[in-house]
Parts: sequence; structure tokens; C-alpha cells
Amino acid sequence: MTQLPPVHVEGVAFWTAQLPDWQTARAVIRGESLPPQARIARPTPALLAPTERRRAPDTVAVALEVGMRACEAAGQDPAMLAAVFASTHGDLAISDYLCATLAATPALISPTRFHNSVHNAAAGYWSIGTKAHAPYTALSASVHTFGNGLLEAATQALSAGQPVLYVAFDAEARGALASMAPSRGLLGVAVVLGVETPAKPSRRLTLTVAPCDTPRPTSARSPAASLVAHNALAPCLPFFEALADPSPRALVLTLGEQLELQVGLQ
Amino acid sequence: MHFQPLVVSAYTLCTAAGDGRAATLHALRERRGGLRRNDFSHSPLETWIGRIAGLEHQPLPAHLAAWECRNNRLAWRGLLTDGFLAAVAAARKRYGAHRIAVVLGTSTSSIGASEEAYRRLEPDGSYPPDLRRPIVHTPHSLGDFVQHALQLHGLCVTVATACSSSAKVFAQAERLLRAGLADAAVVGGVDTLCGSVLFGFNSLELVSPEPCRPFDAERRGINLGEAAGFALLEREPARGPRFIGYGESSDAHHMSAPHPEGLGARMALEQALARSGMQPQDVDYLNLHGTASLRNDEVEARLVAEIFPAGVFASSTKGWTGHTLGAAGIVEAAITLLALEHGILPGTLNTRRLDAACGPQIRCENSAGEVRRAMSFSFGFGGSNCVLAFAREAQA
Repeated sequence: MTQLPPVHVEGVAFWTAQLPDWQTARAVIRGESLPPQARIARPTPALLAPTERRRAPDTVAVALEVGMRACEAAGQDPAMLAAVFASTHGDLAISDYLCATLAATPALISPTRFHNSVHNAAAGYWSIGTKAHAPYTALSASVHTFGNGLLEAATQALSAGQPVLYVAFDAEARGALASMAPSRGLLGVAVVLGVETPAKPSRRLTLTVAPCDTPRPTSARSPAASLVAHNALAPCLPFFEALADPSPRALVLTLGEQLELQVGLQ
Repeated sequence: MHFQPLVVSAYTLCTAAGDGRAATLHALRERRGGLRRNDFSHSPLETWIGRIAGLEHQPLPAHLAAWECRNNRLAWRGLLTDGFLAAVAAARKRYGAHRIAVVLGTSTSSIGASEEAYRRLEPDGSYPPDLRRPIVHTPHSLGDFVQHALQLHGLCVTVATACSSSAKVFAQAERLLRAGLADAAVVGGVDTLCGSVLFGFNSLELVSPEPCRPFDAERRGINLGEAAGFALLEREPARGPRFIGYGESSDAHHMSAPHPEGLGARMALEQALARSGMQPQDVDYLNLHGTASLRNDEVEARLVAEIFPAGVFASSTKGWTGHTLGAAGIVEAAITLLALEHGILPGTLNTRRLDAACGPQIRCENSAGEVRRAMSFSFGFGGSNCVLAFAREAQA
């Protein structure tokens, strides 16, 4: 077992169709209100120019939205933050488009959709929109993506002694690929992790990496669970349920087939 | 806690120029490149590629058949080269399977398998039965395969930041070791030729109809290549060349074009120099990104001319391998390590007349000499930059 020194959760953001901000999501998670009936198709992040807002892939739109909201909540200038972007599958709609077009008319591939197909497209648009020259990374770890991204963000914050933005997202699968990489709806989440005790109240996050025979991840159990259950990033929800609860909480996320992330929130 | 230098205790690479360190060294010395006319896919574009021969006839062993696809075949071939598998097995005995991280870079991972499925869909539109294996239709296919093939149980992630991917893995692994989350790390990357990259880069008008000529005044674009490369990073007292620093940055400029003044590249370079405690004149060899695209080479040549003294030997080795995208970072790190260990200074293959933007640092012809410290540059789509610094093994 290896425990990292604690970091602070300075800002939180959440977006899915019926829970389009952290205040709404937190209230639904706590059972204080019912999910709004209205389903928003996708966010319209202010970071993108109006023409780009319509053209940007869903993954980019949701990543920029939650990234910006988490920085606002943390009172951090996004241009100054290193960032970790995690997504299980990247943009499945673009992957479906590429595979279908290659099978039919390969010479007609759209250059824009091709450069938007890279796993770091959302990260790239984020750095362009925020004018952030700080490094970003973009990673994937199958069903263990959220936990690995969280650990990488905390590791970066501790190694640099600077706050780090962590953004995770997954989108709706399309076409035949949906049978192999199932994911429904659009879900984006973000936190800013800092190393110094912030002026305003924040949660202290302690991460412990523990080998095990079989990870026993904490199950989501709030009323929000059914709203994200079929998204590939659904394993992130227990972490946000713990953040929504002001009392100290412990939970487990998976990191691998024989590795778990024990998460303490105080 | 600050950066801690690590030892590269084992490394290998497979590219179109050859399998393994000895074959690569030979190809570099003999100036024998691995590029050939594009014969990949059923409707090949007019370009040249760095294709790995024989992968079609090298299925994965039965116990790894669940990960079967071209990208993982190439990963397996890489693991079997230069005794890398055995080196990791020995490390596993020393540290335990949970204490060795796997951090691998790729651009497209095994999307070639998804492309193939779409070409062979069943009449009802479903996947062909042999390709109904979810793990090869997600980016983590590579990391997951290599971790299983090496029988490791530590941290394992796949990094996909386009062409900087398998350079950034060195930085991530160093941070993991520094934080105490691992005692050793397998880093590297694998990318294979597929329709997405061939037709995608073609749609951006970036592929060359002839063998690529990095930094040439008349260069016409890139040649795509495929490659696998791996390195085992450990702390001292392990023996081998040392990983002494890195720099990472973002251009914050454009998705598919570099910053016109190379702002992000310069930031990554300055950070790598500072972290490794070097001045520009301390560097003996620079392996440049040098893709032979019009924009990259111009920006990169200016940066090198501005920062480095004339005596520094700089080159692009993509004329041997093609641009191996997500594997370019590890391939060129490995070539940089060969330069350190064998005193070879590879020139820039295929290039006849250097662009006016090039300073005296960028060389076409090979040379030889003492190489004590060297750097490798990797710049990717989305403006992701990474510079790595290495030094020769400390003399006892």
C-alpha cells in the first residue's frame, strides 16, 4: 500500500443531460431535490466562439464546460493550470464516423473530424481556449479510467507543488461500435486539486494505492446513479456522491484488475 | 520533491528500419532506411510508408489471443526483441508484479481492428464474430495487452496525446516513481498503420508522394510509419544510460499546426534544459521531431538555430522510420540512447538541400564522436510538446 500526501479539492464541476451543473447534481445526490425533467442536449461552453460551439464535438463541449466551471469554483486562472484529461473511449461518434467512412469512401474523410479524432482533442481545445501553455495529458485505462486519472492529477499536483485540473468525460456510442464500447449519454466531471490549504473551505483528499485480489469498488447508491449508469464514466459517481456529502467519507475506486484506489475525503 | 534521474536499464525498438538495437544501429550507420511505396490497405494512396514486414503472419500466442490485432502483434514483437521480456521478468522478481507500472503511449491504438470490423460487418450490421472483443476497440487496448503480456499488476495507463504520447510517458513514469507509487516502470509506445491515419493525414494534405525529406527546402510532407518501442526505467544502482530530465508544454495555438514561433516547443525545451541542469552547449546530440511537414520543420529549425551553438549535432531520423506518430517519442528516445551508447551521430536521410531556416546544427551526413548528453523532441496535434534529456551511463 502506498499513500500519497493529502491534496485539497478546490473546485468541483459536473455535467450530464439532467444534472447540468454541480449544484443541481449535489442536490439530487443528497436527495434534496428531484432531477429536472428537462434534458439539455449538450453544454455550450463560453470558451468556444459561437460558431465553434455548434461545430465542436460533444466530448470537447462537455470537457470545456466542466473544466471552466471547476476552475471558477476553485478561483483558479485556467491558463495557469496543468491539466489531466481522462476518457475511457474518447469521442465514439467520431470513431464511428471514421470507421464507416473508411469502409465506404476513404478518400472523403473530413480533415476536421480527423484532427478532432485524437484522444487529446478536448485537451487541445481546452489549452487553445484558455491560452494555457501549461502541459496537459490525455489518458485512458478502460473501466479503470476515472481512478487512474484522479491519481495522475494528484501525483502531478504533489510533484509540481501546483494545483492541477482534472477533467474526465465519456460520450454516447454510435453505430456498430456501440456493441463493443457501450456508453450512453454525455457525462463530464472535473475537480481542481491543490496542495496548499486554500483560504475557503475545501475537502481534504487522501489517495492510497492498494494491491488486492479483486477490487471491491464502492457502488453508486444516490438518486443520480440511474441518470449516468450507462455512461462509460459511471464509475466516477461514488466519488462525487462522497463530495456531495459534507461529512468525512471513504470509498474505493478501481485502478486495475488487482489494484484499488482507496479514497478518503475529509 | 524534485525530479530524480532514472536509469534506462533495458530498451528496444522495432521500426521499418529494423528489429532491435543492433539492426537499427546497422541501418543508421549504413544509411539504409525502411521506407517503401505505400502498399497498405486495399486502396493505397500515393505515398511512402514505414511498414513492418511480416506482422500479417505473426499471430499472438494462444494465451494472449483475446488481444489479437495488428497493434498488439507489433507490441508483442517489440517485447520479444533485445531481451526486453526477460529484463522485465527479472525486474518483476526484484520488485514484485505490483510495483512495476506500465505507462504506454499511442495515437490510434488498435482502431485498425474497429476499421476492419466496419469493412466486414455481418448482414444485420453487427460485428464479425472474430472481432467481438471489446478490449481491442478502446484506446487502452495497448496498455492492457502489454500489462497482461508482462504479467504485471501495478499501475497501468495508456497515454494518447498524439505524436508526443510515448515521450510524455517518461515524464509520467518518473513522477510515479518519485511519489513512491512504483519501483520501476515499463514505458514506451506502439502505433500501427491504419486507414484512419493514412487517409486522415492525406485529408490534411500532409503526406508526401515521395520518401520524406526532413528539413529539405523542397520537402513535400510526411511518410507515416509504424513502430513499437519500450524502455525499463529504474532507480540506481541499476545500470544503463540515464534519463536526466523532461519538459512538457502546450502550444495553445491550433489543433493541427504548430505555434508559428515555436512558443510551446521552446517552453518544453527550456524546461528540459533546466530540469537536467544543462546549458544548450552541454548537449552533444539532438534528435529532432523533423517530420518533413512544411510547418513543423520550419518552426523547429528556427528554434534550434536560435537556442543551440553551431557545434551541436542535430538531425531527424524520420527518413529511416517514417513518422511513427504515438510511437515516435520512444523510437527517437531509443535512437538517442543508441547515439549515447555507440557514439553514432545519425544525419538526416533523404535530405538533399537544407531549408534556409536551418542553422549549422542540422546535418544531413552521419558523423561519429563522443555523445555524453542528448535530447529528443516530440511535438503533437493539439499542441502537445515534450522534450526528453538523456545522459550516458555514469562511469564507475
